[in-house]
Amino acid sequence: MRKLKQVILQVTVFALFGAFVGVFANYPEYRHHDPQMALIKLNFSHAGETKEECRRLTQEELERLAPNMRRPLDCPRERVPLLVEIRLDDAIIFNESLPPSGLARDGTSTVSRRFTVSPGRHVLQALLRDSRGNTGFDYERTAEIDLRPGQNFVIDFNGEAGGFIFLL
Amino acid sequence: MKKHLRKLFERADAVFDGAFPPGANPMLQLGAMGWFFYWIVIASGIYLYIFYDTGVTEAYESVEYLTHTQWYAGGIMRSFHRYASDALVLVVLLHLLREFVMDRLHGPRAFTWIVGVAVLGMLYASGITGYWIVWDKLAQYIAIATSEWLDTLPLFAKSVARNFLHDSTLSGRFFTLFVFIHIAVPLIMLLFMWIHIQRITSPRVNPPRGLATGTLAMLLALSIAFPAESQGPAVLSEVPAEIRLDWFYMFFYPLLDRYAGLLLWAAVFALTLVLFAMPWLSRFKQAAVAQVDLDNCNGCGRCVQDCPYNAVNLQPRTDKLPYPQEAVVNPDLCTACGICMGACPTATPFRRRSGIIPGIELPDLPAGLLKDKITGAAGKLAGNDRVILFGCEYGPDVTSLPGRNIASLTIPCAGMLPPSFLDLILSRGIADGVFLTGCREGGCFQRFGIDWTEQRIARLRDPYLRDRVPAERIGRCWAGVTGKTALAGKLRSFQEKLKGLENGLPAGSGENGRNGTLKCAN
Repeated sequence: MRKLKQVILQVTVFALFGAFVGVFANYPEYRHHDPQMALIKLNFSHAGETKEECRRLTQEELERLAPNMRRPLDCPRERVPLLVEIRLDDAIIFNESLPPSGLARDGTSTVSRRFTVSPGRHVLQALLRDSRGNTGFDYERTAEIDLRPGQNFVIDFNGEAGGFIFLL
Repeated sequence: MKKHLRKLFERADAVFDGAFPPGANPMLQLGAMGWFFYWIVIASGIYLYIFYDTGVTEAYESVEYLTHTQWYAGGIMRSFHRYASDALVLVVLLHLLREFVMDRLHGPRAFTWIVGVAVLGMLYASGITGYWIVWDKLAQYIAIATSEWLDTLPLFAKSVARNFLHDSTLSGRFFTLFVFIHIAVPLIMLLFMWIHIQRITSPRVNPPRGLATGTLAMLLALSIAFPAESQGPAVLSEVPAEIRLDWFYMFFYPLLDRYAGLLLWAAVFALTLVLFAMPWLSRFKQAAVAQVDLDNCNGCGRCVQDCPYNAVNLQPRTDKLPYPQEAVVNPDLCTACGICMGACPTATPFRRRSGIIPGIELPDLPAGLLKDKITGAAGKLAGNDRVILFGCEYGPDVTSLPGRNIASLTIPCAGMLPPSFLDLILSRGIADGVFLTGCREGGCFQRFGIDWTEQRIARLRDPYLRDRVPAERIGRCWAGVTGKTALAGKLRSFQEKLKGLENGLPAGSGENGRNGTLKCAN
């Protein structure tokens, strides 16, 4: 009788353990994103222009340098921050100055943002300035997009490929 | 808090003691269960790897083939792999918590604790990369969330998350890399698991057969009833909106959607630091470690065999005595439990010629002082139910126990008491009975104190209790901190029994368990 009781208790312990593992390995479900909404993801890395143009050293300056260090051009490494603006249906949903990475501020500027938007037709405009100027934008792309619920729409950027890339 | 948790663990132990045969209580086998689940994960992982294909579309398809087409083997193996991994997290966390609340992390045990915390970190790294390589919607969520979190650290020249931006940017090489990580990390973890058990003797790395069989049956039943399945293929142009997270590994992922990545890195770093520093965060005074007296040590090696922490070793003789070896204590490993003194045949209180100086003993409680304490305490007792009660430092507080005609003494561990001291007390009539108590059976703070004591009294382990000592006059009740009331009751029954023995009644053994152990029902 005692043995039977022990077996029943053991089965109960194993069943509870198994149920605990099985349930919490799968539930409760987590809602990461509203399935009725679409997502616009802005993600890219790009290096802006150097903050200052290269300058030719004078003869005097060159002579002050050690012979093996006499490069004719002085090119400061620091880059300008990128100015990025995203407009959706004429509303500005993102406008930020992205600083360059690195201790010497000579690396790329990176952005990774998510915008949850309602599905349907929208006019999307992406603008970027990577030059030393203080006004206007160097790159611009405008498109009419039709977003599905649950769609992940990506705004990428590649300067060499012409600028903004919209990935459906 | 710690005290309450300890009581909670002891109560759980008592419940499981009722369900499982002696020695198979899973709450007392958490480390061994961890090893067992690890090997299940490895074995099932090897099988899955044979059929797994690394590639953007091939990864998901190969897992689907295993799950559905080959459900009878691959599907079961996948479920074993997942559920054993989850159970592994569970038992490792319980093991960590148990060792913390039982205070088994200070002094020489700090090293084992630190390595264990490192193992926990590796376990999480292994588990998360495992989910990644299935490349279903859950994997997509994990990959993006993890890589975006990694990008918040100023470590990578190029954004990791860009690899998962769009199906066109995803490369199959990434899967090869993650399969490599998913295999390499568990292997490194195995190395750390091995290091984790290096500072203890006879580590329990295999659960008893019955427990192992039951666990396998449970995993099989779970795998059939609730097989592990993918959550649809990953499509980077769609957002995985609702996902079934494995909460054992991914409990912190929802936080990534709510808090800044750097803040969470700081939290993880702080938590890790606290876990590593835990042995030094609470007050702990390391008692003086065991000392060898070479004049009385003949290098028999019994202390080496009984030491639970590999703290005593034999080395070639350094004096001129005619023995080949001598005992030597490693102070970095010694917890000052005194079990070595309990094992030393020279730790006998009957010695007259050279005084009571054993080959090995604790400076804080040498054998001579112990004898003096016993005789001193017994001097206040009178009648025919006089009992000397020995309690260990981690069991119930014996000094505050109610009862008359009882002299209580606290020693570091029950295993410290040489059987010859029991002989002295009973054969010299210092008391009518000796009662031993301490941690709960199977949960000895010093690992083997209870086992060695029981075996010595049962004359199964050297140094044996002499035949002339009446076993019925030695009571034991391994009560733990929660069993004080039960202990008081058993002590009263024991004293009643002693009175009966004096009157020539037969030795009562009806309620006695293992060779006279009174079962303490908590």
